[in-house]
Amino acid sequence: MSEFKQTFNSSLGKKLIMALTGLFLCTFLIVHLGGNLFLFRDDKGYGFNVYANFLAHFPPIEVIAYLLYLCIIVHSIYALVLTINNRSARPVTYVAHNDAPASWSSKNMGILGSILLLFIVIHMGDFWFTYKFNNVLGFKEYKTNLVTGDRTVTDFKPGYADFENSISTEGNNEIVRVKDLHARVVWSFSHLWYVVFYVIAMGAVSFHLVHGFQSAFQTLGWTHRKYTPIVKFIGTWLFAVIIPLGFALMPIVYYIQSLSK
Amino acid sequence: MSTGNMNLTLKVWRQKNAQSAGKMVTYKAENISPDMSFLEMLDVVNESLILKGDEPIHFDHDCREGICGMCSLYINGRPHGPKRAITTCQLHMRSFHDGETITIEPWRAAAFPVVKDLAVDRSAFDRIQQSGGFVSVNTGGVPDANEIAIPKVIADEAFNSATCIGCGACVAACKNASAMLFVSAKISQLAMLPQGQPERWSRVQAMVAQMDAEGFGSCTNTGACEAECPKEISLTNISRMNNDYFSAKLFREEHVHEHGTSGE
Repeated sequence: MSEFKQTFNSSLGKKLIMALTGLFLCTFLIVHLGGNLFLFRDDKGYGFNVYANFLAHFPPIEVIAYLLYLCIIVHSIYALVLTINNRSARPVTYVAHNDAPASWSSKNMGILGSILLLFIVIHMGDFWFTYKFNNVLGFKEYKTNLVTGDRTVTDFKPGYADFENSISTEGNNEIVRVKDLHARVVWSFSHLWYVVFYVIAMGAVSFHLVHGFQSAFQTLGWTHRKYTPIVKFIGTWLFAVIIPLGFALMPIVYYIQSLSK
Repeated sequence: MSTGNMNLTLKVWRQKNAQSAGKMVTYKAENISPDMSFLEMLDVVNESLILKGDEPIHFDHDCREGICGMCSLYINGRPHGPKRAITTCQLHMRSFHDGETITIEPWRAAAFPVVKDLAVDRSAFDRIQQSGGFVSVNTGGVPDANEIAIPKVIADEAFNSATCIGCGACVAACKNASAMLFVSAKISQLAMLPQGQPERWSRVQAMVAQMDAEGFGSCTNTGACEAECPKEISLTNISRMNNDYFSAKLFREEHVHEHGTSGE
């Protein structure tokens, strides 16, 4: 075991941990954006609430979620340790401003990452913690006519305190009762400062990943004449453009909708 | 000035020895020919300092033709000055303009302590080399020159890595004072050739361990080293080193049960 310890305590080993946890967080973003596309459906939150309910009650998701929390913590701690080590590698700094031609994002990963950590804490506090541990969220009852497809939605007051969800059929109607996280989304994204904070955070995601995604492959030693351009293309267009843009559109669209109400 | 010569202001780091605290001192460099190299300009300044009875500015230099790796100098925020792919001895004063203020500092890294003024101790690089940057060759009959076939592209790539002159500009340019470009070039030049194979996995482990022990920072893949390298050593070398290191540490360890013992 001590040899593994030595490996992961080396400068390269610490970077390996950064790369692996970072790439895992990248793959999570794809799933998270995919699921949250339900927010763009005009179905009074049915799709989104059922999806949130599924995530909260499907055991394998629970396991992956804890792995995810662990990755966020490890990625942050190792970033801090590496930064401290790197600072101490140059105790006397230069007088002249460093003019080395390196990308802005690659030189500011720590600041970008700190913004993201702050965002994750606030974001999880508002949605994840509220969903799991707070009793402030109400419930919605979706009654869907299985023949015609018509759906009606009403507020639902559970009869007992620890009610979580239920699905039943009454004649031709399917009745789904789930926690109303969608209402929380609508409420949160009706505040301008909150929307602005989200958009800034997604800007940080973009700049963090335009460097981070391809950098992880370099750290792992996976560079190749043919594959590296593909990695850089995915890092730029998927992780630094499409994903942050997709996430940023959610608060923007909900804010615009809140203005017309 | 009719001669086209330049007058410059120099801000130079002066430090008596490794123990003393240093400071920036301002000097005038007058009547400098634009065709002088940067080191020749410093020679002129030093001559005037000596004539005045002052201590000349100490800086490293040797071959003055861009191949020895001795000259250093962090000039206006860039190792070896503003031009790409050259050493300081290859930098000419025509790259500056008359009246310019030039800031000259030593390489800054915990692993490169200042010896005096602009000269730093780069023996950390020597110790990294000594830890594994060699191939062990037994003496004996001379093998035929073309006995071992090596593809041209591989030979070229190994030679590109081997052009590293060990000047330390990569360390000076890196925001983390990381030596990975140097170490990876020294590993790559051997790891790509057949002669380097027997010690390939032990070499990468030993050299990375020594690099860490010397107190260099780690790589954040900014690419500043590659951009400032006088020999244009590629970042690919670092990727290759990483790959070899993880292979050696996690997969390729020799198939023996105990190191240094033979059975029970």
